[in-house]
Amino acid sequence: MSTYTPAVRPTTRSQTVLGGTITEKALKRFLEGIPGVDAVGAQARADGFASRSIKTTSKAWGLDTIISMVDLTTLEGADTPGKVKTLAQKATMPDPMDPSAPSVAAVCVYGDMVAHVRESLGSWHISQRSDGVAIAAVATAFPSGRASLPVKILDTEFAVSEGADEIDMVIDRGAFLSGSWGLVYDQIMAVKEACARPDGSYAHLKVILETGELATLDNVRKASWLAILAGADFIKTSTGKVQPAATLPVTITMLEVIRDWYGLTGEKIGMKPAGGIRASKDALRYLVGVAETVGEDWLTPDLFRFGASSLLNDVVLQRQKMATGHYSGPDYVSVD
Amino acid sequence: MGFLDYAPAPESTSILNLKKSYGLFIGGEFVEGSGPAFATVSPSSEETITMIAQANDADVDKAVVAARGAFSKTWSKMPGSERGKYLFRIARLIQERSRELAIAESLDNGKPIRETRDVDIPLVAAWFFYYAGWADKLEYAGVGNNPQALGVAAQVVPWNFPLLMLAWKIAPALAAGNTVVLKPAETTPLTALLFAEICQQAELPAGVVNIITGAGATGAALVGHPDINKVAFTGSTAVGRGIARNLAGTNTRVTLELGGKGANIIFDDAAIDQAIEGIISGIFFNQGHVCCAGSRLLVQENIHDDVMNRLQSRLSTLRLGDPLDKNTDIGAVNSKAQLDRITEIANSGEAEGATRWSAPCELPAKGFWFPPTVFTNVQTSHRIARDEIFGPVLSVLTFRTPDEAVAKANNTPYGLSAGIWTEKASRMLAIADKLRAGVIWANTFNKFDPASPFGGYKESGYGREGGRHGLAAYLESGNLKGGAK
Repeated sequence: MSTYTPAVRPTTRSQTVLGGTITEKALKRFLEGIPGVDAVGAQARADGFASRSIKTTSKAWGLDTIISMVDLTTLEGADTPGKVKTLAQKATMPDPMDPSAPSVAAVCVYGDMVAHVRESLGSWHISQRSDGVAIAAVATAFPSGRASLPVKILDTEFAVSEGADEIDMVIDRGAFLSGSWGLVYDQIMAVKEACARPDGSYAHLKVILETGELATLDNVRKASWLAILAGADFIKTSTGKVQPAATLPVTITMLEVIRDWYGLTGEKIGMKPAGGIRASKDALRYLVGVAETVGEDWLTPDLFRFGASSLLNDVVLQRQKMATGHYSGPDYVSVD
Repeated sequence: MGFLDYAPAPESTSILNLKKSYGLFIGGEFVEGSGPAFATVSPSSEETITMIAQANDADVDKAVVAARGAFSKTWSKMPGSERGKYLFRIARLIQERSRELAIAESLDNGKPIRETRDVDIPLVAAWFFYYAGWADKLEYAGVGNNPQALGVAAQVVPWNFPLLMLAWKIAPALAAGNTVVLKPAETTPLTALLFAEICQQAELPAGVVNIITGAGATGAALVGHPDINKVAFTGSTAVGRGIARNLAGTNTRVTLELGGKGANIIFDDAAIDQAIEGIISGIFFNQGHVCCAGSRLLVQENIHDDVMNRLQSRLSTLRLGDPLDKNTDIGAVNSKAQLDRITEIANSGEAEGATRWSAPCELPAKGFWFPPTVFTNVQTSHRIARDEIFGPVLSVLTFRTPDEAVAKANNTPYGLSAGIWTEKASRMLAIADKLRAGVIWANTFNKFDPASPFGGYKESGYGREGGRHGLAAYLESGNLKGGAK
């Protein structure tokens, strides 16, 4: 197999912003012209969101919304059919004591587990009912992304053929950090094409930037633009395998790109912070950040997700507390 | 109702234990005032909070006598390490009572609780902690190896940061060994009186701190008293000028913190989203009632439209309303008089040809309110570009080159503050060097720290508060005899 050379092919999006001919040089010039991010200021803004006081009716609405936005995730080497089936059941009924709790947005697993999730969801799959649960699969040599492009494409195609509704891909951080932005762009495009189904529709593509490895907010902003230009439906912070994972300043920085993209084109890109969000309180702060940065239109599972596992139980406990007036305990929610 | 209409989250006033009326705090006790008592009202509801005593000339004299006695008998004789203990104790009591102080300040002043809770009161405590540490190290203050306190300090503070300005005045004065008579503003005396209670709680020797309340006449009697050694005033340039005139030729030391018309300069390479936040904290923090506010926005012409679009959409998310709600961003204007002044100058902006835009927010029926307002098409000759408005009104001007930015920024009778937004550090430093302002913020605005001196050039006053400089303003060289008059 020959070595891959970036072709930097145009997408409708990159043509909108960069004009007719898309070259690596044009892409580079565009990304280098983006205003910088002041990290101290971004942190101060995040602290401002964190100091909002979300009470009573706002909190109740927020907790239910958070549940409906969760991509309930298990990404372990030790994942088995039994484990993912249990998780899929939990996805449909997060609070066994209260059937009024909404179902989560999706179950997120490795590609080889997709069929088991599909089987377990049965009529709860998103294709069967509007409040159903989708199946998200990580692909492209998750979490490192260190594989050849053909392997990444096969990984993606397999997950889609197994029935994944959404693909969570990782970008090549090595390529990004070495300045090969055209290569990163092309790989995203190639994976996007691999998301195509025989009927012409596409699995939703979430592009993981792994912001903990990009390190600076300037890089986060550039990578967000790059991913959107190449065709991302969602941009996502992290794999959950690298620290730091999602943080509020990083999420806000990405949301600002989404806001600017919307201003430029009228197109809405989704956002998914993942990893490290464990408490309801933290998740509510993200809702505040979303509402005050891009607007309330984004407070829907179609445009905002939480990549999480333990968050769900905490939200359920808080929800029970709001309903009953007292805290229960970890034995009143299911372990997974 | 959308998520952004966050459910009400009001702070409860039940923690406050206010008296029906407050006297003057003289010689460690609350005593009756001789003038007619007056009400202090909440500017967000126009309801009376409590009644306040009015000090006349005789009361002022009593306060100065109490301060003089405490200075000569107790405070000037006490070792610095002992004075420091009292200041540390006060600082800790402020922290312990911070929630109560924050609520009282919001109630009396109209500023949002998130500011009093997160900015004002923490800084008040920080100021006392900082100067407590100086009390036994005065020989390092830079006024010779045997520095001496001045004596009795007469201090007059404004209504925009009532307790913080009190801390800026009292903490260094006491650390240096002076005693004080302080007059809070007529519309915001509440937290100063709670501070008097804290002095009692800290068992501060009687007469070291005296708080007298009243209007302009009380202040004039205080700063004109013959037995004071130092006047520290924060307020309007007109009053400050009068004080300087009256004290000319006397031995009384003076520091004045007066008005400002700060320039906030946005270069085209700025981190734009953070610059927008900086513009907002520059002029809409505390409803723009900030002497060092960035009330003139100088934006590079090639990014003017983009900056205005971003600013307007961001301003539309600000929440104006009940100052005690924890989600309020913009509170009430402090008084009817101030609201009238803001309204009058804003109207002149329109009359002179500038374009007015106000954030779309509903103003409560009761109380004094002014929406966040931005004027574009402002020319340097317009009144809104020259006069201090002291309200939530931003005047936007453009520049083409760095030199023009400096020329326009310096083209003001004031010289208190300025801001620079650029990602290019060399430009930042070069511009800061050329700006004639006492405080220059780079990629931030309205940040304060007790270790940092603060003060102005030209009509913004003279002298510095904060840091070692602020301490030196209450000391003289040991070669001169201190305290006696």
